[in-house]
Amino acid sequence: MNAMTKSAADLRRAARDHIRVPRLETPFHERLMAISEVNDWYNWAGYKAPHSLTDGELEYFAIRSTAALFDISPMVKYRIAGPDAERYLNRLTLRDVRKLGVNRVHYTAWCDDHGHVLDDGTLFRLGEQEFRVCCQERHLPWLLDSAFGFTVDIREETEEIAGLALQGPTSYAVLRDAGFAGVERLKPFDIATFPHEGGEVTISRTGFTGDLGYELFVPRARALSLWDRLWAAGELHAIRAIGYGALNQTRIEAGFIVANADFMTAEAALRADRVRMPDEIGLDWLVDPDKPNFNGRRAILDARRNQTLKHILVGLEIEGNISAEHAIVYHRQKHEAGLVTAATWSPTAKRNIAIASLERPYGSKFTEDLWVEIYAMRELKYQKMMKRAKIVPRPFVKLPRRTATPPGLK
Amino acid sequence: MTSFDAIVIGAGHNGLAAATRLAKGGRRVLVLEAANEPGGATRGREFSPGFRSAGLAHLVNRLDAEVAKDIGLDLKGHETLLPTTVLDGSGKAITLNGAYGESIDGVSAEEQAAFAAMRKKLIFQAGILKRFLRRPPPQIGAVSLGDLSTLAGAGLSLIRKGRSEGRDFLRMLLMNVADVTDEYLTDDRLKGLLAFDATLGIHLGPRSPTSLLGLYYRLTGDVAGRTGGQFVPSGGMASIAPAFRSAAEKAGVTIRCATPVARILADRGRASGVVLGDGTEITAPVVVSAVHPQTTFLRLVDPAESGTGFVRSVKNVRSHGNVAKLDLALDRIPDFTGLPAEARNGRIVLVRSKEQVETAFNPAKYGEFSTDPVMEITLPSLSDPSLAPSGACTLSALVQYAPYRLKAGWEHGKPAFLKIVLEVLERNAPGIGKSILAANLMTPVDIEAEYNLPGGHWHHGELQADQLLVNRPTGAASGYKTPIEGLYLASAGAHPGGGISGLPGWNAARHILSGATA
Ligand SMILES: Cc1cc2nc3c(=O)[nH]c(=O)nc-3n(C[C@H](O)[C@H](O)[C@H](O)COP(=O)(O)OP(=O)(O)OC[C@H]3O[C@@H](n4cnc5c(N)ncnc54)[C@H](O)[C@@H]3O)c2cc1C
Repeated sequence: MNAMTKSAADLRRAARDHIRVPRLETPFHERLMAISEVNDWYNWAGYKAPHSLTDGELEYFAIRSTAALFDISPMVKYRIAGPDAERYLNRLTLRDVRKLGVNRVHYTAWCDDHGHVLDDGTLFRLGEQEFRVCCQERHLPWLLDSAFGFTVDIREETEEIAGLALQGPTSYAVLRDAGFAGVERLKPFDIATFPHEGGEVTISRTGFTGDLGYELFVPRARALSLWDRLWAAGELHAIRAIGYGALNQTRIEAGFIVANADFMTAEAALRADRVRMPDEIGLDWLVDPDKPNFNGRRAILDARRNQTLKHILVGLEIEGNISAEHAIVYHRQKHEAGLVTAATWSPTAKRNIAIASLERPYGSKFTEDLWVEIYAMRELKYQKMMKRAKIVPRPFVKLPRRTATPPGLK
Repeated sequence: MTSFDAIVIGAGHNGLAAATRLAKGGRRVLVLEAANEPGGATRGREFSPGFRSAGLAHLVNRLDAEVAKDIGLDLKGHETLLPTTVLDGSGKAITLNGAYGESIDGVSAEEQAAFAAMRKKLIFQAGILKRFLRRPPPQIGAVSLGDLSTLAGAGLSLIRKGRSEGRDFLRMLLMNVADVTDEYLTDDRLKGLLAFDATLGIHLGPRSPTSLLGLYYRLTGDVAGRTGGQFVPSGGMASIAPAFRSAAEKAGVTIRCATPVARILADRGRASGVVLGDGTEITAPVVVSAVHPQTTFLRLVDPAESGTGFVRSVKNVRSHGNVAKLDLALDRIPDFTGLPAEARNGRIVLVRSKEQVETAFNPAKYGEFSTDPVMEITLPSLSDPSLAPSGACTLSALVQYAPYRLKAGWEHGKPAFLKIVLEVLERNAPGIGKSILAANLMTPVDIEAEYNLPGGHWHHGELQADQLLVNRPTGAASGYKTPIEGLYLASAGAHPGGGISGLPGWNAARHILSGATA
């Protein structure tokens, strides 16, 4: 597949085989299957992915106390390379890609012409002219259409590249004992490659948990041997394979948002008022008005200037310990102010936390006297509770070990 | 070096109309033209030693009187409306006199009455649409007082005619021309003429839905206040480009020819000037692109300066021409069978029926040329003897359908198509073949190259329902402004569309002078 020699339509056609199988299995499926005690699978972008493998609580504490192994292969991945790759990505995404060094990763997002967010994701700079984008949704048509006028090669590599997240306080120790010498030098958002089975594995110090952690990428053929290598080294460090339930708890603690959970992506939204600008989902800090033109720039800056931004994303701390997922947020207990998009009891913070999307001026001007109405199903009857909610900064959980370099081994 | 308030790219008649209006509005204006002469599609050229073509366009039927007056265009000859004669090879001609057949010769009295009724109906309906063509397209989300009065005016004129007229307008608006002619007429030749006029320069056949729009568009044009009229200025079509040029120069516009623009300078959503083919930078706060919208946004502006969605929509603008232009050098005035002598200086349309037009369109759908094409002809040297040596004559034909993307390729297809076109001419003017000294056929591909006109398209983009008004050339660049501040569109690709009208350019200039930011 080559955006320089083939038409966008040909490339799109070639890359849509993933829809032929209703539930794809990831390169690690064999291992997951063998471990799974609860058979609790869900559909992650067309892949069979575990919601939990053994026990959600144990999985959560693996992330926060030892080491957790999470299969991120279903994450959508694109390889973008060529002389114009940097310029192309700078036009595509919100942050200034010129400032992203080789072997560095940054979190970013991209918008349509109207400044509505299409997705967020991580951008890996693998070389001067070589990048990988990891994200939630498929974007090949958009990426190919964006390539007009650029000398750049765009390849879908979701299927061929397997990914693992290794997260938790002992994750470094696992890698060290697995023989990845030098991994201790990786600072947050650094990338390095290491030999594995006659090939290479790319390891970045990144993750979705707000903890010490790494993400590893290998070609599909070397996926299982990588798993086994980590598994063997991890035994002493209490490694545990986990599902999305536990990961989701930690990502809320870390204050991260998930596309099509905390906001609707512009291409998925059917209703005109569901789309969001970066500033409406807490991503205003990604927008760089000083860098060269990028998709959505004018619309975003106009909305700022004309103060037409309609929503705001906030972190909430809610009294009590009952998760307020999808609860309605009220101002003074009567005016509807928004919706809780994600919520959990945080075992680490020992607080009842939530991420909410509020309709301005709630959350911007009116920040006090907020309430959430929780409907708790108790033996076929809703128990309705009006609970006080307070806007608090994200992340809810901040761990020094996330950034300490070299990683502490305590 | 002088500094300019505005740079106009392209010295087609629209670029010159825009430049003149801007200059009259007090701006210092520089026009940059790639060709050696201004005029765009009205730029003449020698196609054979001693024989000149006056350009692609060979008739004027929609030059806007207000534009002409405002910019001080010195063109004469519109008092004399030219007839249209339809020839079907039978030797029996139909001639439409006055403005689009105010009277007709060659058909029965009944058919004359039927045509009159149809003409009245279409001119009334086109009159409603005309209100929208004369002014900038309404902007969705920002309806102005002017838009409201246009809408109200359109509504009023419908109400005055009674409810059934309103209903009939809505019924017919998106119909195909073939069905409409069937409702009124019986004569195949007349139906054929209307089918031809509705589809000339557009990628539709008479049976294609909405094909009536092309005829409406023609009937939104007038000459000296007479709807559907056509003329050739005194001195011939070759006098048009100089007239626009001198109007511009009189207003103080600087025109530089042989100066192609290579890039439009833009940074973070704002245009600041242009870079010429030789690398020279010229800056100005306003850049008016009076060239094809696709040239503007796919070649001149760095795509990085536009949004992906916008580039996508510009790429999707359909702009593949279907009209070939034939210039013939003849050693004498041709003799078309049945053509009345007094109609010789007018328009001659070779068409037998609307079925012929439809059948001619069929292959064009699949990238092939018509094997039985239809065409309109003028004899330019009759009104402008300087085009040919004395005693000799030139013939200009606009032939349809000759699709831009010919499957077999035009190097291969052109000789074959020329042969077919000459055979059609021979059938209608026996002996013409022997009088040909030189033949120059320009396919849309040739037109693209010679006139810097992507797709060789008459209107710089299909004039169809989805590419009109607020969608001309595409939503985010309609109404002359574009997503890039300070950059405006002013060619036929902008509202209302192509033909020698001056409206896109003039409207664009007025929009700029109004200081509207949206
Ligand atoms: C075959 C044919 C026959 C036609 N016959 C008629 C007719 O009989 N009657 C009628 O009313 N209409 C006719 N038309 C339509 C009419 O000619 C056009 O709609 C009209 O000329 C458009 O005018 P314009 O000024 O917008 O663009 P154009 O006339 O196309 O002028 C654009 C100018 O921009 C210049 N340019 C392009 N790129 C650059 C660049 N990068 N830098 C600098 N300059 C550049 C070009 O050289 C050209 O001079 C015909 C069209 C065609 C194709």
